[in-house]
Amino acid sequence: MKLSLRIWRQPDAQAPGEMVSYEIDEVSEDASFLEMLDVLNERLISEGDDPVAFDHDCREGICGACSLVIDGQPHGPQAATTTCQLHMRKFKDGDSIDIEPYRAGAFPVIKDLVVDRSAFDRIIQAGGYISAPTGTAPDAHAVPIPKQDADAAFSAAACIGCGACVAACPNGSGMLFMGAKVTHLSLMPQGQPERATRVLGMVAAHDDAGFGGCTNTGECAAACPKEIGLDVIGKLNRDFRKAAVRAA
Amino acid sequence: MAVSGILLVLFLVAHMAGNLHVFEGREEMNEYAHGLRTLGEPLLPHESILWILRIGLIACAVVHIWSAVVLTRRALQARPVRYASKKPAKGESRHAVATMRWGAIVVFLFIIWHLLDLTFRTVNPVKDVPDAYGAVIATFSPERWPVTVFYLLALFALFFHLRHGIWSAVQTIAGPDTKWRKRTQAIGLFVALIIVLGFAIVPISVTFGLVN
Ligand code: HEM
Ligand code: SF4
Ligand code: FES
Repeated sequence: MKLSLRIWRQPDAQAPGEMVSYEIDEVSEDASFLEMLDVLNERLISEGDDPVAFDHDCREGICGACSLVIDGQPHGPQAATTTCQLHMRKFKDGDSIDIEPYRAGAFPVIKDLVVDRSAFDRIIQAGGYISAPTGTAPDAHAVPIPKQDADAAFSAAACIGCGACVAACPNGSGMLFMGAKVTHLSLMPQGQPERATRVLGMVAAHDDAGFGGCTNTGECAAACPKEIGLDVIGKLNRDFRKAAVRAA
Repeated sequence: MAVSGILLVLFLVAHMAGNLHVFEGREEMNEYAHGLRTLGEPLLPHESILWILRIGLIACAVVHIWSAVVLTRRALQARPVRYASKKPAKGESRHAVATMRWGAIVVFLFIIWHLLDLTFRTVNPVKDVPDAYGAVIATFSPERWPVTVFYLLALFALFFHLRHGIWSAVQTIAGPDTKWRKRTQAIGLFVALIIVLGFAIVPISVTFGLVN
């Protein structure tokens, strides 16, 4: 298939960027979206041009490294799918496709389509963990956990930290990501000792990083490749309210 | 935002229900308006309860608007560069993205007009304050149909504002699970419909001569 691409090109964090048009021929329907960009990059390199920089790692939908806003949608048009798992058969011959980086003040562009998502790391460092003694791994069933809680915690833990929720949110808020982490840990017995400090610390780090405030539009959940739902934001709000009241 | 919003919704429910006195006739409606002013008498001075409620209402409005301004400014700072291509919203409250902020401005402008119209009577033909009934009949009289149209447009904006606002407030305060979130969304839609239709029936009935 033949495609017209418009891709955001920006040489570095300081330089201004712009949308640049590229025509690309003979794209296989079986190629993934990133493989399509690989083909474009090989051509750019052979022509002596700078290849398009984009993030990727596992290419199997589990690491959260890939990003991209494709035709205005983080991770493209297919629901519950990361960019690396999106295939060109989702597009038609002759389509024009806009490819932009995530747009968020807290995720500054480093180059072309690569953004700096370390603001998420700072949120995790502010409480998205449990403190546990090191040593040999404990027995799998040493701590009994009700099946429903284990399942709900597991669904929340499916978050790969990709940041699509922020990119999709009209307020540029990171609440879905934060809600997924808080829900995952506060459902587990291991998460209880730090439950209050976790939510207070993470929310403070989130606001410090310059993410926006949640207004419950639900755009985040619609864009999430791991189908994290708005219930995690509800849980985050509940945990935050309890912790804030106790701290006051 | 959420707490002040819920209190404002409670005001709207009471106000909407109170307006329905119009259908009982001039005396009953004016008696109701008078009752609001003499609430608590003779134990308390004239209009004291009314002013306590008014101050609470103004406080809620100030907090609500201030929170909205803070959220909007944060949102603008959180996305300094806009997207070149946009897709229509597809979240659970997709109508909210397009309607909450401009709808709030419409409702705000409406309230200013509405206070000048029916509270201060500056733009109302009936200046006699005890005659609330007369003022309502006069403002929505058929030859003043643009007033009725403006009221209905404001109520349309208010409908979308409430439809999202009610469940969003519950999500912020109570944080329901998925099942209860869906229920809250349905209740929000229902309450928004009741409030807006309950308000709308008054200007429509007066303009079409069903009440005069
Ligand atoms: C469309 C139908 C409506 C009618 C017929 C109506 C009628 C009235 C009347 C007659 C008054 C004066 C009451 C008095 O002084 O005794 C009043 C006051 C007021 N109305 Fe409405 N109203 C309507 C809709 C609304 C809406 C949609 C809002 C808000 C979004 C609103 C907000 C207010 C406020 C804030 C006051 C002042 C309350 C006070 O003086 O303490 N009204 N309305
Ligand atoms: S909640 Fe979903 S969209 Fe947000 S970071 Fe996690 S996986 Fe990505
Ligand atoms: S590259 Fe790992 S999730 Fe897409």
